[in-house]
Amino acid sequence: MANQPLLAIDPLGRRLVLAYLAVAAAVFLLMMSVGLAMRLGQGAMLPLGADLFYQLMTMHAAALVGACAMAGAAIMWYFLSRYVRLTPAVLAVNLATFLIGAVMILGAVIIGKFGAGWTFLYPLPAKSGGQWEIGAAAVFMGGLLVIGTGFLLLHLDCARAILARYGSLARGLGWPLLFRGDDSDTPPPAVVASTMAAIANITAVASGAAVLGISIANLYFPEVTLDPLLAKNLIYFFGHTFVNVTIYMAVIAVYEILPLYTGRPWKPNRVFLAAWTASTVFVIVAYPHHLLMDFAMPHWVLMVAQVISFTSGIPVLIVTAFGALTIVHRSGIRWDVASGLLMLSMFGWAGGVIPAIVDAVIVVNKVMHNTMWVPGHFHFYLLLGMVSMAFAFMYFLNSEARSKDAGAPVDGGLDRLGLGAYLVGGLGFVFVFLYSGQASVPRRWAAHMPEWLDYDRLGALFAAFVVAGAAVFVLGFLGRLRGLWARA
Amino acid sequence: MDQSIAWQLSLTLVAALAAGFVFVIANARQRRDYAPVVHRAYRFRARLFWAIVVLGVPATVFTLSRIPYPAFAGVPANVQVVDAIGYQWWWELSTDRVQAGQPVEFRLTSGDVNHGFGIYDENLRLVAQAQAMPGYVNRLVHTFDRPGRYRLLCLEFCGVVHHDMVAEFEVTP
Repeated sequence: MANQPLLAIDPLGRRLVLAYLAVAAAVFLLMMSVGLAMRLGQGAMLPLGADLFYQLMTMHAAALVGACAMAGAAIMWYFLSRYVRLTPAVLAVNLATFLIGAVMILGAVIIGKFGAGWTFLYPLPAKSGGQWEIGAAAVFMGGLLVIGTGFLLLHLDCARAILARYGSLARGLGWPLLFRGDDSDTPPPAVVASTMAAIANITAVASGAAVLGISIANLYFPEVTLDPLLAKNLIYFFGHTFVNVTIYMAVIAVYEILPLYTGRPWKPNRVFLAAWTASTVFVIVAYPHHLLMDFAMPHWVLMVAQVISFTSGIPVLIVTAFGALTIVHRSGIRWDVASGLLMLSMFGWAGGVIPAIVDAVIVVNKVMHNTMWVPGHFHFYLLLGMVSMAFAFMYFLNSEARSKDAGAPVDGGLDRLGLGAYLVGGLGFVFVFLYSGQASVPRRWAAHMPEWLDYDRLGALFAAFVVAGAAVFVLGFLGRLRGLWARA
Repeated sequence: MDQSIAWQLSLTLVAALAAGFVFVIANARQRRDYAPVVHRAYRFRARLFWAIVVLGVPATVFTLSRIPYPAFAGVPANVQVVDAIGYQWWWELSTDRVQAGQPVEFRLTSGDVNHGFGIYDENLRLVAQAQAMPGYVNRLVHTFDRPGRYRLLCLEFCGVVHHDMVAEFEVTP
């Protein structure tokens, strides 16, 4: 790998990254609190009512997908801009479109009472049964469209910058070393991951835009219809890919920060590059595992989806999680909240992949699909995986700003207590979900049967720990924001 | 049965993963040269990779041989047919009585939005499911081993009364 001089991070870009993180952090805390309220509601400890529950469910998911995307984009932009010349104006445009879209989504849910779930499964937005008007559905889906457009521009700018520096996306993925053994200009992990994110998300957002556009048209012109199975494919291709890419963007924090803590480089080698090329393909083609109970789908597609879902876990477990363990093992690492969160994130991602793979086995899916097993596995790799990466990055920025020796401890006893609460709460929270799933408790039910209430109440208890831990991280970061802004 | 296997398998694998993390974290403060650490780790990784392949391939073949789709599972001649249509928010069934021990083919569709046809036994255990969607007929074949009152719960979010979209049917001896 050629030694490349690092580029200076643009001051405007640095501040925009802080703005992205501030938005994401606030949404994380607020929507985790909403999640706690939902678990209390299911446990019959908080009288939400079905209409409000489903509105909160829709807002919780849409807002957290957006917050994960914003945090992932902030991490990606921050580190990628050290290697290629990105455009801060595009980062600003994406922030503006996100805020506009978020206001539209919140308005549709809170004022318009839209509650069809963030997956807007066609034709439910048009058939509310009286809960919301089609205008609310149009504003909600329009908000998603606006946010998607912003991210499309951001990934296009990343792809442009990578093309300008490396000449092709194949080079951005490190193919010269992977296929020819040519190590003269191998990109660093941040570039490889950003290339993958661009390829996957540009494809996914285009699919999402298509189905959102037709769904909005269908609201006002019912004769404009869409095949429901095709709509489901487009929606899950968009949703699955967009959510997964948030992790692939955020993991750049692990690649960049752990070497600073351990003094050991994370060099891309052939195995690493093969894993990322494989992940690029897997993340795009794995989505049919959401459709395993749609028996009208071509069966070979569903069988391939089971195989792809299994193989897609291998790069995560064997390369990234194993790589993190290798770099930390007997490294003399200095533990603090940032490095602790990075390790937790690796465990969360790799651990969450396990029940996800199990659920993608067709015979298991027959008795697990749309049970609590599903939020169990995706909260595992998002709450403990992706969001931990985001919180670690927030601590790292503070550490970096206060000392040229990045990684110097800047956290106190309360932060460590927060980490403990987040770890215990997060693990308990996801395992209660998983246990409820194997006990056949359905997901997305506003009111639960008496047999299920104990699970909900235990889940709510652990959720309270998660919220407490997240409050320490988020309020601490927001409190330090003014200083970080001044130093940017 | 499949639920408990899935739970125990997931728990075991996550515990093994956690043990790996605890081991590394416990030894992380000692400083050693990186080269021998990498050498041993890569050797272990290769073994881990092949272990996953060696265990994963037969597990995949075995589980795919049990897939529930009628085209693969086959539909016997003595099958009982139940037409089921999902609506916001009720199930319309052509009959609410089937016989245990004989296969039942549920022909599932929807009159409005996507629904999930989840069959629950008397212990509230999910025994089988498939999606019911407008414009398509999904054929779910299931043989009930035990007679009793079974419940149909909607397993695809379909609007504000989704959680009340419950029906019952009888499986007779």
